[in-house]
Amino acid sequence: MRIYDVIIIGAGAVGASIARELSRYKLDVALLEKETEVTFGVSKSNSGIIHPGTQNPSGSLKGRLCVQGNLLTRKISRELGVDFKEVGELIAAFGEEEKTRLYELKKEAECLGVPRLEIVDSAWLRKNEPNLSKDVIAALYAPTAGIISPYRLVYDLTENAIRNGVELFTETKVDNIAVKEYFEISARKAVFKSRFLINSAGLFADEISKMVGVDDFKITPRKGEEFLLDKKNEYLTSHLIFPLPAKTSKGILVIKTSDGNPMIGPTAEDISDKEDSSTTDRGFQEVLSQVKRLVPAIDERDIIAYFAGLRPVSDNDFIIRYEDKVPGFINVAGIQSPGLTAAPAISLMVCDILKKNGLSMKKKLIFHSHRKKTIHLFAIPLEKTKKLVKKDAGYGDIVCRCEMVSAKEIKDAIDRGARTLDGIKFRTRAQAGKCHGSFCTTRLMKILSEKIDVPLIEITKRGKGSEIVKGDRRND
Amino acid sequence: MIERDLVIVGGGPGGMAAAISAYENGIKDILLLERDQYLGGILNQCIHTGFGLNYFKEVLTGPEYADRFIKKVQGIPGIEISLKSFVVHLTKDKVLTYLRPGMVKTVKARCLIMATGCREKTREMVHIAGTRPAGVFSAGLAQKLVNIEGLLPGKEVVIVGSGDIGLIMARRFTLEGAKVKAVIEIQDKTRGLMRNVVQCVTDFDIPLYFKHKILKIFGRDRVEGISVAKVDDEMNKIQGTEFTIDCDTVLISVGLIPENELIEMAGLELDRKTNSPVSKEVNKTSMPGLFVCGNAFKVYDLADSVSKDSESAGRLAAEYLKH
Ligand SMILES: Cc1cc2nc3c(=O)[nH]c(=O)nc-3n(C[C@H](O)[C@H](O)[C@H](O)COP(=O)(O)OP(=O)(O)OC[C@H]3O[C@@H](n4cnc5c(N)ncnc54)[C@H](O)[C@@H]3O)c2cc1C
Repeated sequence: MRIYDVIIIGAGAVGASIARELSRYKLDVALLEKETEVTFGVSKSNSGIIHPGTQNPSGSLKGRLCVQGNLLTRKISRELGVDFKEVGELIAAFGEEEKTRLYELKKEAECLGVPRLEIVDSAWLRKNEPNLSKDVIAALYAPTAGIISPYRLVYDLTENAIRNGVELFTETKVDNIAVKEYFEISARKAVFKSRFLINSAGLFADEISKMVGVDDFKITPRKGEEFLLDKKNEYLTSHLIFPLPAKTSKGILVIKTSDGNPMIGPTAEDISDKEDSSTTDRGFQEVLSQVKRLVPAIDERDIIAYFAGLRPVSDNDFIIRYEDKVPGFINVAGIQSPGLTAAPAISLMVCDILKKNGLSMKKKLIFHSHRKKTIHLFAIPLEKTKKLVKKDAGYGDIVCRCEMVSAKEIKDAIDRGARTLDGIKFRTRAQAGKCHGSFCTTRLMKILSEKIDVPLIEITKRGKGSEIVKGDRRND
Repeated sequence: MIERDLVIVGGGPGGMAAAISAYENGIKDILLLERDQYLGGILNQCIHTGFGLNYFKEVLTGPEYADRFIKKVQGIPGIEISLKSFVVHLTKDKVLTYLRPGMVKTVKARCLIMATGCREKTREMVHIAGTRPAGVFSAGLAQKLVNIEGLLPGKEVVIVGSGDIGLIMARRFTLEGAKVKAVIEIQDKTRGLMRNVVQCVTDFDIPLYFKHKILKIFGRDRVEGISVAKVDDEMNKIQGTEFTIDCDTVLISVGLIPENELIEMAGLELDRKTNSPVSKEVNKTSMPGLFVCGNAFKVYDLADSVSKDSESAGRLAAEYLKH
């Protein structure tokens, strides 16, 4: 049986970043994911902010990795053709007392190495952020804050890792690990063997760790509900708007997303069920009242979508360590916010740990660092669309009317690995607009069914158990 | 740039009636753009009867009703029908850009009629809390799945809202062997036509809950149930009246909204509440030579009324071009 040098459990932002980093080296690497597609865990439902590093305790690991990750993300997004936009953030202060806090935050962030911080006054705010509440008297401006599409980042990281030799196994839920001469990892009916094992299983990292006998931490889900506004409000704000940080989170924000829709949220509520991603009326009211304080022009009638994500929390900081008790085993756990930002820095740290603990890491002669940017009609000017349509008629065949997604983009997404309607949505935005797929669902089902040769009744929203329809009248 | 006397966007009952009437009133150069691969719009999936009572004094199904108009527009040489033509851009000078498989076209309309119809309100617009599993459909999507694709979306169904499409789907599901467990309506009366309540719900003994509200959707991968409660006159939940209904499917039928993104792009003002163009007279807008008809102008109960009012848009266009 094949023995991998490294197996990574969990294909979220963290696992995918590690996989891509390891794919630079002459190593046999496998990435195991329980869901039908990568990024279906925490990494699909978050704010998509590449944080500058503010609002972290100055001595914290997450703070250090965040600052470093912010820098690294720029290069990675260029290489992978993922849109990253440096929009900057404003932490708003109401009243003199809060203003004093801004100076403390600034100092703390500067200790972590966050660059170019500035306290801006109300005149600056009126000019540069006119929709911000007039009651905000000053703000901490962090120009290096940015936005990215979290799922497209993970999809593209994974795609690039695979191109460089990593093997991905989806629908592969690890349910047992035997520690012998090698790690023997059982998932469903398959068994995988590896010399090193990395646990980046997000919300379930404590359960994986327990399988090898390390159970000194617990992961508690901290729920965050978020609400997306119609794209026509794209320029509601020009920066990410934060209040002063709360105890357990960065507070409820007015967010810009890389697809154009502003987003408001997230709430922060500790819960017990790792599968509970329901939104609540309470969360909705809380988010609305908080963001209206920051940006009074926000209108609840513009909300077109919502979701809840669960932050995998273990105490206050990330747990990234080599477990001496179980040689070869590395925990990458409790990757709460800012985990999306920190992921590339985490991957470097993990490589270091592997090196230090005896994995020989020789660079491959050829590493394909770049991938061709995915085409999205919604993101390019009409002139360019004209040229594309001439080259491939499929670009002129619009499937999703709200977000202007063509049949060609859908087919490309499937070629690149989409296997579910959610996977198509995250990659292309088809069904992500106002009508929520009322118009395009049937067409998408047919394209997917034809391309992956699966009957229509087996097409799912996000994997087995989430089939769209319950029966085929034509055969019954 | 190519210029056309009249461009009509939308080939449903509204657009077709406007085209025919414009032609009959003297416009001989008409371009009719439809994004789908056939004319008829939403009527194609409405295989139930009840169409044409006013307009043709006959009982027809949706496709039959549409067919009468389709035959007529197809027979008029002055009307150029362009299918699979998706308008993506509109300027205030009435310049349209549309995509077709293999081409992007730009055309200037001397006069323009928008007959873009409406879309269904979604679960998100009425903020239904809970999870987001498979099995939540707009009533119209469910109708398309059953009537056009021959697929059965679910076996145990709850319908939220008593809009006409929802009511009609209650009957459709029942006839397909599915169990419709309830229709939940927050108001004290139906949103749909009385005849649909009787023929589609009461006749099949489907419980219809007025003054009730859906609180939450349950289920991780697939819908497993919903919770419901009674509401008071302010539409707030009455404590202690909560109950749950097990089901695998939730249909949302809470109303329709005119689809007017294109004229909004061109700078026209829309009513914040109804999404109709702000207007003083039927079919007219604040922009001379730009008319809106059918469900894009306002949501009508009957296709017959859409046809009738759209004819007037055709007349208005002809008058405009004469001046
Ligand atoms: C509401 C919210 C907002 C946030 N906003 C931001 C932000 O703006 N910026 C930022 O930097 N961070 C943000 N975060 C944090 C960020 O989303 C997470 O830190 C990051 O996504 C964690 O990635 P991960 O790879 O560790 O976890 P995941 O994405 O959950 O990946 C773990 C993977 O492991 C798989 N898995 C689990 N168990 C098994 C098993 N037994 N076998 C196989 N596979 C398994 C899971 O299916 C999953 O795909 C936010 C989080 C939330 C919830």
